[in-house]
Amino acid sequence: MLKKLFMLIVAGFFLASCAATKTEQGGDVDAASASTSSSSGGEITAGTQEDLIVNVGDRVFFEFDSSELTVDAQATLDAQAAWLMQYPDTNITVEGHADERGTREYNLALGDKRAFSVYSYLAQAGIDTNRMEYVSWGKERPEVIGSDETAYSQNRRGVTIVSN
Amino acid sequence: MVRNILMIKKILIILFFSLNANAALEVTIAQGKVEPTPIAITQIFGADSDTARYGNTLRQIISNNLTNSGLFYTVNEDLYIQSDNLVEKVPRFEDWKLIKAQFLLSADVGKIDKGIRLRMRLYDVFNAKEIEKLQLTIPDENLIRRVGHTVSDIVYERITGETGFFDTRIVYVSEIGPLDQRVKRLAIMDQDGHIDSHQFLTDGKNMVLTPRFAPNKQLITYMEYKNNLPRVYIYNLKTGEREIVGDFPGMTFAPRFSPDSQSVVMSFSDPNNAANSEIYLMDLNTRSRLQLTDDSGIDTSPSFSPDGEKIVFNSDRGGSPQLFIMDKKGNNIKRISKGRGVYGNPVWSPRGDLIAFTKLTQGNFHIGVMDINGNNERVIVRDFALESPAWSPNGRYLIFHRQKRSNLDGTGGEVTIHFIDITGYNERVIPTPRDGSDPAWSPLL
Repeated sequence: MLKKLFMLIVAGFFLASCAATKTEQGGDVDAASASTSSSSGGEITAGTQEDLIVNVGDRVFFEFDSSELTVDAQATLDAQAAWLMQYPDTNITVEGHADERGTREYNLALGDKRAFSVYSYLAQAGIDTNRMEYVSWGKERPEVIGSDETAYSQNRRGVTIVSN
Repeated sequence: MVRNILMIKKILIILFFSLNANAALEVTIAQGKVEPTPIAITQIFGADSDTARYGNTLRQIISNNLTNSGLFYTVNEDLYIQSDNLVEKVPRFEDWKLIKAQFLLSADVGKIDKGIRLRMRLYDVFNAKEIEKLQLTIPDENLIRRVGHTVSDIVYERITGETGFFDTRIVYVSEIGPLDQRVKRLAIMDQDGHIDSHQFLTDGKNMVLTPRFAPNKQLITYMEYKNNLPRVYIYNLKTGEREIVGDFPGMTFAPRFSPDSQSVVMSFSDPNNAANSEIYLMDLNTRSRLQLTDDSGIDTSPSFSPDGEKIVFNSDRGGSPQLFIMDKKGNNIKRISKGRGVYGNPVWSPRGDLIAFTKLTQGNFHIGVMDINGNNERVIVRDFALESPAWSPNGRYLIFHRQKRSNLDGTGGEVTIHFIDITGYNERVIPTPRDGSDPAWSPLL
């Protein structure tokens, strides 16, 4: 039940992002052919964080107290690896996060394991580790504020951030 | 400022007048609720308007401290029959008995060549005798709050027979801003949280977490995200300097000092070990590090026994996070937590006999204590979110933080620092100018 709710919310989250982008641009985004303009005019620049978010997915989610990559997470990371291959000058930092239902210190450890799971999956998919860093933020930087499972499920995450 | 405060014990000249060496009059402190002992504190007389003002401040500090301990209450001043300065004359004990004051403190403040002089006398009303008489020379009026705490400690110790805890400081993390972009700064204050004693130690540019005092009182170890790299640091209270401790690839966190202040025990998440957290001991002089744990689970939150022989820590090696004890070399690892739930944050009592911890079970956090073999687990306080228990230096009280639920609209999530007797009574908030978390107590200064 919870898992179903969680999937719906995630889906809703991405739909919202896409919808917003479409409205701004008035059309579908094709990352490969997108303009390299970096103006704030609304066009998505290829190889940027925005491009990653909209066209690939910048994050994966974890089960409670787990740093194992789910099947969904692996699919997202396969797409991220392909994207990183496409933009070889792009460097990234992987952030690992936890929900608030654990001690600060245990969650720092858990966040680091999560970040490392993403990092090493991308490394095994062929991404040079010189292009990647990872960091744990434990429960210190929630994506969604709230003390319920809806928030927690989105806060147990690994996020890929373009760092250059 | 900090320097002055740390120097005070060297500067304060405490003259104990000749006293027959009485054993402390023990107020029985067993398990369970203690009825507070009534104490009368006379006006603290001054020689002029300045010293009278110091006297008022001192009386307030002493009265608040003793009341906050839960072991005393100050008999209302309006009831006092005798209103004289009782530093130089014998009180009319009958007058004090009549208003049911069990103890009586009288003091006065005068000016001397090099500062201020405080004289005090403490009386046992029921036995009609003096139990303490002393004089303090205070070279700097800025030390007035510390003098109040020192006198409070003397009264507390003389009457209860326990070590005091008032002349101490609390280092904590001051929090402000939206819950997803919290600004966190190291801050320090007297144990009573008085605003005049409050001081920020960092500027909030980098996130800081989990500070702990060194037993030598000069250093604080904590974790800081400098350049987004989470590492263990040491803050020197004397110089204000910050120094990295865990300066190698991989996160270092959850630091605590060894009892001799010469080492820091902490977690290190090694990239060459799949970023799995293990416990390490770092010698601060040689900077050599010794790996104490080696397991595929997370090992964190280490805390030394006061004799330095053992370490209690948090590990999920058995599946869920539980509490374990090992010796200082990392051998003889034994699980001690026995109850249901997810355990964390173990902290060894300065008396050596108890371990405080947090436990998450049935949707709530609990702060409790258990014997060092895990027996006699007792819950002290329970709520939605409780964390970071830390002991008073005399092992009788805990401080911790309590956080409210947060809401999707960004409201809620307020976090405050609390004080509680380990019997579970006498909980109160320690005031902080902003939100506060991760409190840690200094030793007696």
